[in-house]
Amino acid sequence: MAEEVLRIAGLHAYYGESHVLHGVDCHVERGEVVTLLGRNGAGRTTTMKALLGLVGSRSGSVRIHGSETIGLPPHRIAALGVGYCPEERGIYASLSTEENLMLPPAVAAGGMPVEEIYAMFPNLRERRASRGTNLSGGEQQMLALARILRTGARLLLLDEISEGLAPVIVQALGRTIGRLRAHGYTIVMSEQNFRFAAPLADRFYIMERGRMVAQFAAGELPDRMPLLRQYLGV
Amino acid sequence: MTSVFGIPVAVILGQLMLGLVNGSFYAMLSLGLAVIFGLMGVVNFAHGAFYTLGAFAALLALQLFGINYWVALIVAPLAVGALGMAVERLLLRRVYGLDPLYGLLLTFGLALICEGSLNQVFGATGQSYPVPPALAGGFNLGFMFLPLYRAWVIAVSVVVCFSTWYVIERTRLGATLRAARENTPLLQSFGVNVPLLMAATFGGGVALAALAGVLASPIVLVNSYMGSSLVIVVFAVVVIGGMGSILGSIVGGLALGVIEGFTKVLYPEASNVVVFLIMALVLILRPAGLFGRD
Ligand SMILES: Nc1ncnc2c1ncn2[C@@H]1O[C@H](COP(=O)(O)OP(=O)(O)OP(=O)(O)O)[C@@H](O)[C@H]1O
Ligand SMILES: [Mg+2]
Repeated sequence: MAEEVLRIAGLHAYYGESHVLHGVDCHVERGEVVTLLGRNGAGRTTTMKALLGLVGSRSGSVRIHGSETIGLPPHRIAALGVGYCPEERGIYASLSTEENLMLPPAVAAGGMPVEEIYAMFPNLRERRASRGTNLSGGEQQMLALARILRTGARLLLLDEISEGLAPVIVQALGRTIGRLRAHGYTIVMSEQNFRFAAPLADRFYIMERGRMVAQFAAGELPDRMPLLRQYLGV
Repeated sequence: MTSVFGIPVAVILGQLMLGLVNGSFYAMLSLGLAVIFGLMGVVNFAHGAFYTLGAFAALLALQLFGINYWVALIVAPLAVGALGMAVERLLLRRVYGLDPLYGLLLTFGLALICEGSLNQVFGATGQSYPVPPALAGGFNLGFMFLPLYRAWVIAVSVVVCFSTWYVIERTRLGATLRAARENTPLLQSFGVNVPLLMAATFGGGVALAALAGVLASPIVLVNSYMGSSLVIVVFAVVVIGGMGSILGSIVGGLALGVIEGFTKVLYPEASNVVVFLIMALVLILRPAGLFGRD
């Protein structure tokens, strides 16, 4: 029995004068891993920002666990159990690793205990006193992920988490996502790296010029390769 | 009597003491300015007015309600801080993201309105606030007389300034403030109520100014322009310490007070300009300020 965690309908978003999203529709069920694919500038990052309320202005409908959030300020949206891992990781340079980890306030009960996080990412414990941005790219990505796991958020928005990381780190990240999926997290990923996303996702959306132009389930992937080639050139 | 370069040691120590007292006020005021500027990017020209309001709040509380110094020390900063939060919510938030000039003009206008109104109601002559009995008198240290109230001012300032530093650099709340300086939207996406944080920060910075005003009331004449004369030096301190630097404003404030005090002994004619000379030098040699990051 599927429960809808996220439903976006007719979402428009603007940065000042520029109109970037032109009526995005999509939905995510509880426990699903959904990947947004698309070329550079298609609007995947903007979709995530728009559903968090971080764009200049937005209209349409974004329902999280059934409640409309289009009129809410960003801090109230997070409180509905959303965790965001931004493009380029968003690690704070003026905070230590541990301060970065402890920064986001808890949004729901049942967040991952710090001990468990350190067990999952031992490097973060070793380097907890280091300035956040002195960590390696891989460690920073682990930190960006770890800090939203701590808050109890169950809907995770992960923007290009594999970008710029060494293959062995990307593999480790893939295993982590797999584990989170097994724990019942609902995950929306934006990915350029199709080979990273393909084995992880239950469903795919393809974006083009601020709209969703196609969607399909993981099982349909072989049949959809021509479509992917057309839109992404993979 | 012992002397250095023909100047009696007691005179030097006395000026050092006065310098530290002035430095205490510089430090508390520039600290509030630094915190506000760091988080909100607003150069608060009304800071001196909030200092004046703190002193008037203590004076009126005593005259109208018989509220004593110790209570005023807590209540006046809270009241002025609440007023500051209201100013932030109603006015200041409208200029965020605009050219910093707008914030500067807005707060400058507020300062003029505040000082003008106080002047209208209370006149230009200052009123004195009694030194609380527990802090009257002083110690004879043998080589100099130490007025207790002045020692108290220095102690309170040092404790308050370093507590503020500790909160910002070492606590969870401080980490949130530092994060807000660096990347506000992301912090908000984590569920932090950033608008409230801004209002509280402005209120806190302003409350520090008001606390300085209450502390100053027994040693200066309380009048509507007491803040505007002080705040000019404070802005120089902020530039020297480094815009928005917490440690820079504390250390810079105390140090410049002392330097000013020594100048009074060595070359009194320069004592009013020495801070500005140092500011000019710093701007030439290290434009980001002594503790600032470029
Ligand atoms: N802050 C901004 N102001 C104005 N336009 C923006 C801003 N951010 C993004 N855009 C524009 O919005 C469009 C969508 O960008 P977005 O970042 O959402 O793309 P994306 O699909 O995440 O692609 P990628 O991450 O590969 O660049 C692009 O045309 C981009 O130029
Ligand atoms: Mg993107």
